[in-house]
Amino acid sequence: MSLLKFDPWWLLRGAVLGLLAFAIFGPIANLLLWAVAERWYFPHMLPLEYGFSFWARVFAPRGNAMVSLLNSVMIAVLTVGMALLVAIPAGYALARCKLPLRGLILIAFLIPQAFPNLPVYVNIAQLFYQVGLNGTVPGVVIVHVTHGLVYAVWIATAAFSAVDRELEEAARSIGASGLRAFADITLPLAAPGLMASAVFVFLESLDEFTGTYFVGAPDVSTLPLLLYTAGAGGNYQVASITALLLLIPSIGFMLVVERFLKADVLSRVGR
Amino acid sequence: MPGSPFPRDPFFPKIFLSHDLLPHDLLLGSSPVMPRYSLGLALVLPALTIIVLFFIVPLTASVIGAFRIGDGFGIGNFEKAFSLYTADIIFSLAVVALSTLLIGLFSIAIGGYLVLGENPRAVAILRWLYRWPLFIPFIVVGQILRTFLAKNGLMNNILVGAGILTPLQTTGLLDWRGIVIAFVWKQTPFVALLVSGAMASIDRGTIEAARNLGASRFRILWEIIVPQVRGTLSVGLILSFVTMMSVLSVPLMINAQSPTMITADIAFRINSYGDYGVANALGFISLILTSCVAWIYMRQAVKERM
Repeated sequence: MSLLKFDPWWLLRGAVLGLLAFAIFGPIANLLLWAVAERWYFPHMLPLEYGFSFWARVFAPRGNAMVSLLNSVMIAVLTVGMALLVAIPAGYALARCKLPLRGLILIAFLIPQAFPNLPVYVNIAQLFYQVGLNGTVPGVVIVHVTHGLVYAVWIATAAFSAVDRELEEAARSIGASGLRAFADITLPLAAPGLMASAVFVFLESLDEFTGTYFVGAPDVSTLPLLLYTAGAGGNYQVASITALLLLIPSIGFMLVVERFLKADVLSRVGR
Repeated sequence: MPGSPFPRDPFFPKIFLSHDLLPHDLLLGSSPVMPRYSLGLALVLPALTIIVLFFIVPLTASVIGAFRIGDGFGIGNFEKAFSLYTADIIFSLAVVALSTLLIGLFSIAIGGYLVLGENPRAVAILRWLYRWPLFIPFIVVGQILRTFLAKNGLMNNILVGAGILTPLQTTGLLDWRGIVIAFVWKQTPFVALLVSGAMASIDRGTIEAARNLGASRFRILWEIIVPQVRGTLSVGLILSFVTMMSVLSVPLMINAQSPTMITADIAFRINSYGDYGVANALGFISLILTSCVAWIYMRQAVKERM
């Protein structure tokens, strides 16, 4: 088929793909417009005035938004640290050690994703209230770790399974201790997969709303909580700027996910 | 366990070939006399403890709390929940079921075109396009669709600006339709990603054979490809079903009216009345609804393997 010949199928393809692009990018464009709109009301199709005065307000050194942003990042980093701390040994054991009921253990980490978690958050808030963890950063971190552990453990397991056992054994056979073989061979080879699991956990924590709403609010405010409050108060500019801050890491990761999660690791997730 | 545990080199030291003496047994000093499982269990235990303490215990507490009235037990919470929220329970089920159906259809369509599409450029565009909402958090989805779908939101503004609608014909979609759109918008890429991965890995032979016999692409998709990826599709749809049953932000942001989703009711019972009994009863009802769906799937999966 010559490139110059007009292909009538492109009319249909163009219409369907165009509609899909509108459905996906229309709402996102809407968010971008709201983030830079100074004044925008019905029936004007586009904002009347553009500017960054709301950005200045959001990023004011003592504004709520900066506190929420710092809280969000701190909680996400702590969540990743704690999740990897327990997921690396667990993933190694699930990939390499003999375990009774291995399948059942793997499934156990899926439980927080497979049951409606709202009733759980309600009760964990009550539980935390009794031990003084309600409204504290550690309380929120624990909730986020529990929810993100399935990514951490499953991807870590897949990453360790994908490491060639012969390499470890070769290191052992030339006299490396087991711990040395793990630190010098297994861990670096599994690192891209572990990195991917860290990013998943980070995003999961950054975006988490329901658990923080019950366990953290109103003492610990994060970006999702700020977004919710700003939106509920009708301040669409602040809500949109906050949403944009949450979007950047999410979309950035979506675009590079395949570089971290190689097919050989991906095909082993959940096995 | 995946991968061959045995090195291919025949001269490899014999001791490391033995499955009884794995490297980590030597390394962390657990003697072969000790039960072989102990090291593995010790490594898994911290992670499992977190799940048990911070998920299974509160989940159990929620089930028990649903039946607790004062100092005793009974079904009073459920009577109250049903008398107040029957409409919302049906509403939630209908919204989530419709969303699940649409997500399934769209995922099959996207995956099918990615596998069977004959124009590489259109396939590449679709592959690039459909994944965008994948990692966008629900709370952001709620915010952007609230401003997009409102009566005076950007969508209606564009339709009016393009002359397709007059300002008087515009309607807001911020009711059950808004929730369905938000769920489908957010969850379709997830299921489509799983489904298209499964579709890409099935044997091309049967597809080519059917095509040589003159079967249409639609028939190939429906009669050959979809049956082979049914397992993956079901898993994706069940995970989406559960996720949608637990999302609080979307109903709070898009549909702040009655009837609404059970999740919004649970939050309302807690925040306005501190009424944990009815909240837990509603939680138990949503647990039963998702368990039913999972059970139907499990039964079918077992039947297929027989």
